[in-house]
Amino acid sequence: MQHPVVIVGASMGGLRAAEALRRFGYLGPITAIGDEPYAPYNRPPLSKEVLATEVSHEAVAFLQRTATQDVNWVLGSRVVSADLEHQTVTDANGEVYPYGVLIVATGLRPRRLEVANGMLAGRHAVRTLDDAIGLRAELVPGAKVVIMGSGFIGCEVAATARKLGCDVKVVGPGTYPIVRPLGVKLASELQRRHESQGVEFFMKRKVVDLLGSSRVEGAVLDDGTVLECEVLVEAIGSHENTEWLQGNDIDVTAGVLTDDALRAVRASNGAPWNNVFAIGDVARFVNPIFDEIPRRVEHWNIPTDSAKRVGKVVATMLGDGVGGAAAAPAELNEVLNEGFAPIPSFWSDQYDMHILAYGLLGLADEIKLIDGELSGDCVFGYYRAGKMVGVCGIGLRSVVQKYRSVFTVEGGKA
Amino acid sequence: MLKIYVDMEKCQHYGQCVFEAPDIFRLNSDDKLEYTATADDSERGNIEAAIDVCPMQAIFLVD
Ligand SMILES: Cc1cc2nc3c(=O)[nH]c(=O)nc-3n(C[C@H](O)[C@H](O)[C@H](O)COP(=O)(O)OP(=O)(O)OC[C@H]3O[C@@H](n4cnc5c(N)ncnc54)[C@H](O)[C@@H]3O)c2cc1C
Ligand code: SF4
Repeated sequence: MQHPVVIVGASMGGLRAAEALRRFGYLGPITAIGDEPYAPYNRPPLSKEVLATEVSHEAVAFLQRTATQDVNWVLGSRVVSADLEHQTVTDANGEVYPYGVLIVATGLRPRRLEVANGMLAGRHAVRTLDDAIGLRAELVPGAKVVIMGSGFIGCEVAATARKLGCDVKVVGPGTYPIVRPLGVKLASELQRRHESQGVEFFMKRKVVDLLGSSRVEGAVLDDGTVLECEVLVEAIGSHENTEWLQGNDIDVTAGVLTDDALRAVRASNGAPWNNVFAIGDVARFVNPIFDEIPRRVEHWNIPTDSAKRVGKVVATMLGDGVGGAAAAPAELNEVLNEGFAPIPSFWSDQYDMHILAYGLLGLADEIKLIDGELSGDCVFGYYRAGKMVGVCGIGLRSVVQKYRSVFTVEGGKA
Repeated sequence: MLKIYVDMEKCQHYGQCVFEAPDIFRLNSDDKLEYTATADDSERGNIEAAIDVCPMQAIFLVD
């Protein structure tokens, strides 16, 4: 029998890959291995509305479709190594899984503050359901919350914690929260709106030490300021989960480098592995809408878009996987040549602000208000060398949406 | 015939569904989601794609 398609990482990317394989006609065995104990669930609500109410798997679980009911989900199991030459992965219990095709969907994990007395209670990251359950229990009215990091997740947790009646301070390295990628005007306005809700900001600062013996009691900033702190939220970026791929001829600097079919490429000569793919947050790929520079894109639409691309390629390559013929080389080539040019999209909810964006805002060298007013609903355009690379609005969703069609590949491919 | 249901408690009117199934979903002049509650079987693929891209996972398909 043919070896299964093995997906490592059983989150959104993993689920969407399994669905796409079935949709494009592959009926053979699929094994999805994930180290979390839960079936795939949706992460964005973990810093937003679900954190404000009750955090449970039920509230965030993805709907499971009948087509993927026969997927072999191996949950609570951590893959520790891979051998791409011999086509196997091995989990922490020593179980070896041979594969025909490997799909890497291991995403990211939060970077944590490294301090001498690091083992204090009251420290939290926000990536997994368990993280959110632990944090939710401590966000009680009056709790003194310090948030490290003023990116999207830091700001969302700040808004949610304020809603829950906590005392909230945000410590961030930039001039304004989310200044990259939003730009100074929108970011300073965002800070103003947070401040009007009672959040205090300590910008161009970082936490360098913690006080407390068993539980965190204070956060020490680099200018010597000490913030009283009962709950510390660490939202200071992330690491790619690629250690398990080390030792193979594969480029894992800052994510798994892929070609435009999301095939992992060899570090030695840049040639793709025909049966190793990467999707979602962990994949680093060129998006021809923008330029030729491979990037990881941590937006929610990427797992779905990349999984669809991979599902189609793999299903074409393997056929139905249960005895039917695989596609002719010409047909496979055609699918490989379809290219990959997903339109990055993200949103964020903070208080009554609904932020919606398309494109890669961070590439801009010029940012302009193009609709509305800064103090109310507004839309900003982001341009590089005069060409729009992003659009972002607070409210005014239908205006933002109108610009989505701007993001196409010049010359028309993909 | 397919039956479509959107949980309006969850929906935040991002309109991502509109791009996948424009014959079913639209944003009205107030930027609020409106949708057609029934559809022909031929729309299944588009509606499933809309379900996939809904950030709030608010869309449900009842056969
Ligand atoms: C709190 C939060 C809020 C967010 N909000 C937004 C938002 O508003 N808008 C937006 O666009 N995006 C948002 N995102 C980003 C979005 O959720 C991610 O882009 C998406 O989850 C990526 O999916 P993925 O499947 O690629 O990776 P992940 O969801 O990270 O899944 C990877 C999975 O692999 C598992 N894994 C890792 N290593 C191993 C191993 N060795 N063996 C087995 N399993 C392993 C991990 O435990 C995890 O379950 C948010 C993310 C978070 C955390
Ligand atoms: S994508 Fe989901 S949240 Fe957005 S408008 Fe459609 S149903 Fe509502």
